[in-house]
Amino acid sequence: MQLQQATAAGTAVRKPGLGRILQDTKYVFWREMLLVIRDPFSLIFSLVQPLVFLALFGPLLGAAVGAEAFGGESSLQWFLPGVVVMIALFGTSMTGSNLQYELMTGSYERILATPLSRSSLLIGRALKEWAPLVLQGLVIALASIPFGFVFYPLHVLFGLVVIGVFGIGLGALSYALALVTQGKEWVFWGVQQTLLFPLMILSGIMLPIEAGPRWMQVLSLFNPLTYMVNAERELFAGGLGSDTLWGVVAAVITAVVGLAVGVRVIKRSTL
Amino acid sequence: MIHTSKLTKTFTVKKEKIQAVKGVDIDVERGELVAFLGPNGAGKSTTLRMLTTLLAPTSGAARVAGVDVVADPAGVRSRIGYIGQGNGGGHSYRVIDELIMQGRFYGMNTTDARTRAEQLLKSLELEDLKKRTVIKLSGGQRRRMDVALGLMHSPTLLFLDEPSTGMDPQNRANLWEHIMRMRLEHGTTIVLTTHYLEEADTMSERVIVIDHGEIIADNTAGRLKSDLAGDLLAVEVSAAAAAKVRGLLGRAAAAGELEETAYDGVIRFRLRLPDGARLAPGLLKDMNDAGAPALRLELKPPTLDDVFLELTGRSLREGGKV
Repeated sequence: MQLQQATAAGTAVRKPGLGRILQDTKYVFWREMLLVIRDPFSLIFSLVQPLVFLALFGPLLGAAVGAEAFGGESSLQWFLPGVVVMIALFGTSMTGSNLQYELMTGSYERILATPLSRSSLLIGRALKEWAPLVLQGLVIALASIPFGFVFYPLHVLFGLVVIGVFGIGLGALSYALALVTQGKEWVFWGVQQTLLFPLMILSGIMLPIEAGPRWMQVLSLFNPLTYMVNAERELFAGGLGSDTLWGVVAAVITAVVGLAVGVRVIKRSTL
Repeated sequence: MIHTSKLTKTFTVKKEKIQAVKGVDIDVERGELVAFLGPNGAGKSTTLRMLTTLLAPTSGAARVAGVDVVADPAGVRSRIGYIGQGNGGGHSYRVIDELIMQGRFYGMNTTDARTRAEQLLKSLELEDLKKRTVIKLSGGQRRRMDVALGLMHSPTLLFLDEPSTGMDPQNRANLWEHIMRMRLEHGTTIVLTTHYLEEADTMSERVIVIDHGEIIADNTAGRLKSDLAGDLLAVEVSAAAAAKVRGLLGRAAAAGELEETAYDGVIRFRLRLPDGARLAPGLLKDMNDAGAPALRLELKPPTLDDVFLELTGRSLREGGKV
């Protein structure tokens, strides 16, 4: 009874639970998306970038590496899913960088003082970095059709969902990194860049890892990104098999680990 | 509304333990307006951050709006409003968007959030700026936006951390006008921190003085001043009358401390006189009756700085800069 009176007029005290997390995630995601909606130019640039990569790197790849390295596919069919994973990697690993601005002003603290659930802060922000990928992925897939790319819409959509789950985990880790490096922004960039490139090269995004030495192939097995890339390649080629399954497993593990670490870091300082 | 017992916060900086807040007991009733006053680094903000669940206490307990901060931090957060030291609006967002989202975070629907946001923008004189991005607002405008953000969900308990720091006097007065009006209309309980003496003095009904992580005084500003400091009385008499006056004033002065300076055949006495405004006329009459009339008299009411000086031996005015 007493609690009821203490409640602010017009707002209900909200019960915790999964529904609450989903709803809060929606709000956090929507707030982040307002940045894109109010300033759509950033989206246009983000569409151009992967196209440039595909147009300039794709042909070089086909010429430099023999066709047999791609398992008989066209180099475009092989390379395009890699580009999609790469955009997701760059985007979601930067989740923490947008947070850095809010950490410097009081805006992050203001949001921490609201009843939003902690995991929704992580998921909502990571999803915002993933959301443009849906558009980017579809645009580059469509743009590639005239060059011999075969488009399987449902497979591609499922592929984007899988990479989204992976992105939630990576975004949450990036968020946690921004929090622990608070006040030392260069450390964030140092760590992010240092981890990003080995992960990317060892996943076979750019060049087939099968062409590399044995030790690289072994290392790549411990890289969750490898499973993402393999899954996307299978899906973008219209397949649905063990590579996809392993990709889903890797994505879910990354998401669970990322969220666990992220929530832990948020709760390390606040309640 | 607030009840804490032995609330403590210890920070570890370079393996050294620093006790920022040393077991404070605070009780705040519904509808009170309380200021935490103290120099920078005294533990005011740390205390506030524990009460608002932004910082986990090292030990002790706190109940805020009927909810335990450690057991149910989300429950506390949904019942309170918090206006921090920094600017709450995200730099690249539009003012109106941030306000509506803030309402949504507290579970308001979009229609209610928009109505409330428009209403606050109007009363805080921000309505012309609602579509502007936060980064383009002036310092005073941003601070008013912070207030709007904090009031979106009409909290019954509002915390403000150094609300008027960096504001010019006009904006500060404006800010207080809004806070006071809200209090009058909704009976909001307000807890704030400040190192501005005048602010604590004129705006708050109750002042909790904090120094080195401890509460060293807790009362109305008026009581603190009359109990701890007393008015400052200066009396000038002719050199011939000095001996008689010295005895009279010495008995009246707080702790018998009497300061004496001489110039041009005039003796000037200075003393702290608790409840001086009431006692001074009687004192003057006694001096007259003793044949030692006052030539000149000054009576200055005490300030909270005098209180702080009395309690700690340091001035808050200078100490605040350290």
